[in-house]
Amino acid sequence: MGWLGPQEWQAVALSLRVAFWATLVSLPLGVAVAMALARGRFPGHALLNGLVHLPLILPPVVTGYLLLLTFGPQAAVGGFLESIGLGVAFRWTGAALAAGVMAFPLMVRAIRLSIEAVDPRLEQAAATLGASRPWVFLTVTLPLILPGILAGAVLAFAKAMGEFGATITFVSNIPGQTQTLPSAIYAFLQVPGGEDAALRLVAVSVVIAMGALLVSEALSRRVAKRVAGR
Amino acid sequence: MTLSVCLKHAFDGFTLDAAFDAPPGVTVLFGGSGSGKTTIVNAVAGLFRPDAGRAALGDEVLFDTDRRLWQPPHRRGLGYVFQDARLFPHLSVRQNLCYGRWFARGRRTESFDHIVEMLGIGPLLDRRPADLSGGERQRVAIGRALLAGPRMILADEPLAALDEPRKAEILPYFERLRDELAIPMLYVSHSASEVARLATTVVALKDGRVTRQGPAAEVLSDPQVTPIGARAAGAVIAARVAQQHPDGLSELEAGGLRLLIPRVEGAIGSAVRIHVEAQDVMLALAPPQGISALNVLPATVREIRLGGGPGALVQLRAGDNLLLARVTRRAVTALGLHAGQELFAVIEAVSVAKEGVAG
Repeated sequence: MGWLGPQEWQAVALSLRVAFWATLVSLPLGVAVAMALARGRFPGHALLNGLVHLPLILPPVVTGYLLLLTFGPQAAVGGFLESIGLGVAFRWTGAALAAGVMAFPLMVRAIRLSIEAVDPRLEQAAATLGASRPWVFLTVTLPLILPGILAGAVLAFAKAMGEFGATITFVSNIPGQTQTLPSAIYAFLQVPGGEDAALRLVAVSVVIAMGALLVSEALSRRVAKRVAGR
Repeated sequence: MTLSVCLKHAFDGFTLDAAFDAPPGVTVLFGGSGSGKTTIVNAVAGLFRPDAGRAALGDEVLFDTDRRLWQPPHRRGLGYVFQDARLFPHLSVRQNLCYGRWFARGRRTESFDHIVEMLGIGPLLDRRPADLSGGERQRVAIGRALLAGPRMILADEPLAALDEPRKAEILPYFERLRDELAIPMLYVSHSASEVARLATTVVALKDGRVTRQGPAAEVLSDPQVTPIGARAAGAVIAARVAQQHPDGLSELEAGGLRLLIPRVEGAIGSAVRIHVEAQDVMLALAPPQGISALNVLPATVREIRLGGGPGALVQLRAGDNLLLARVTRRAVTALGLHAGQELFAVIEAVSVAKEGVAG
């Protein structure tokens, strides 16, 4: 990657790391929440749905500020995490947290759609064949929604790569620590002569975003085929 | 092992209130659409929770709302063959077949090879459900249910989604389950010919209530019980092959009578069941002369049920068999039909169609 400068390369590498961990850690939670929203009938269903979608609707700065109020070193939760050495404020883990929160609604929506496409009568059939609930989920539901989970993960990864507003509000813009790809582009544009570096990072962003979109589309087509093939 | 069921459930504008026993053999829940058959089977399987009721298989309680007992479906050990086969689309035929076996660890199950051979699905094992025809799918579904080692098979109109040739293809497999594997079955149907071929016990349902239950020959020849209308009524006769004639006819012996019907496969002495539809039986006061029908049976009128329309159903005893004849009310008056009357039942040999005959 000779054509990227050290600071640019650092931003790309950090963004990849942030997006990877944000996606990986939120994935099990995303499947659980999608399952609850798609199948669950419980009081607070609408509240949970609203809460999940909040980061999609709120201005990212607001989400970032709320994260700062919750996980900042002065806040109760943040202070506790700080005291056990897991503090996230102004660290790359904080960037991953912000990215994960912002990407969560997209991930849940994709997974939820694939769960709703699964015929519950197949799960009934599995139960009559002796499979308990967890086994039905593992052997029938999960394989059928796997392409949907992957599509959700790819979307979330792309969103996490590009997250800017909440990240810069929550963990600022520290090169090597919290300066992700979009923060770096923003920083380059603030200094005279930074346009070239910014353009190179823009190109990287476009490639990653397009790639993620194509993969996600292909995976969605597969889930449709798989669930329809009786 | 007898399955006893008793349940009540209130739907919008429809109340199910049914109680019956299913002794060993094939018990058919027989009724029109909306009579509550599927709901009953789903409750037995554990897929539907009724407002109130109890079901027990032998000594084991499947559910009992009074005692707040509810066994989840996966612990009931019942194989369910659905109307739509419900094969798992992401698994091959072989994996579908083995699915229930894996959960049946420790329980006795039928041999995989035996079931595959019996259902003729060997060539399909590596295929995907999406590549199978409707009949093939249903055969795999039967195999999958059997291989889970069930104590009883539940079948909810397993032939309803198939066309006539496919029905004729699948029905014999259910007969083999009954005769070769001797596995108890609770079978839902609204087809008189299926009931006639399969049932050892019939539970007739109408509007969520049991109108009659008992041995198939008794219930089907009862003129008061026509769960799907008098038009489809017909009796079942248990017979033995007495002789195979060279002109393509088989002579059957049934309760002291001789019957000629189109050739049925089977050695001399083998048992067959024939379904004689009520509309194929004519009545005559004297033995008719110069008539093409080959079967003229002396019979006694046991009961007459006048229908709301122009028709009437007449139950006859012929030898040791019960027959049903569907005639007009006008004929009942014209012939002066009454219980105890001796007359002749005339049955055209070819009207006993192939589908009405079962081994």
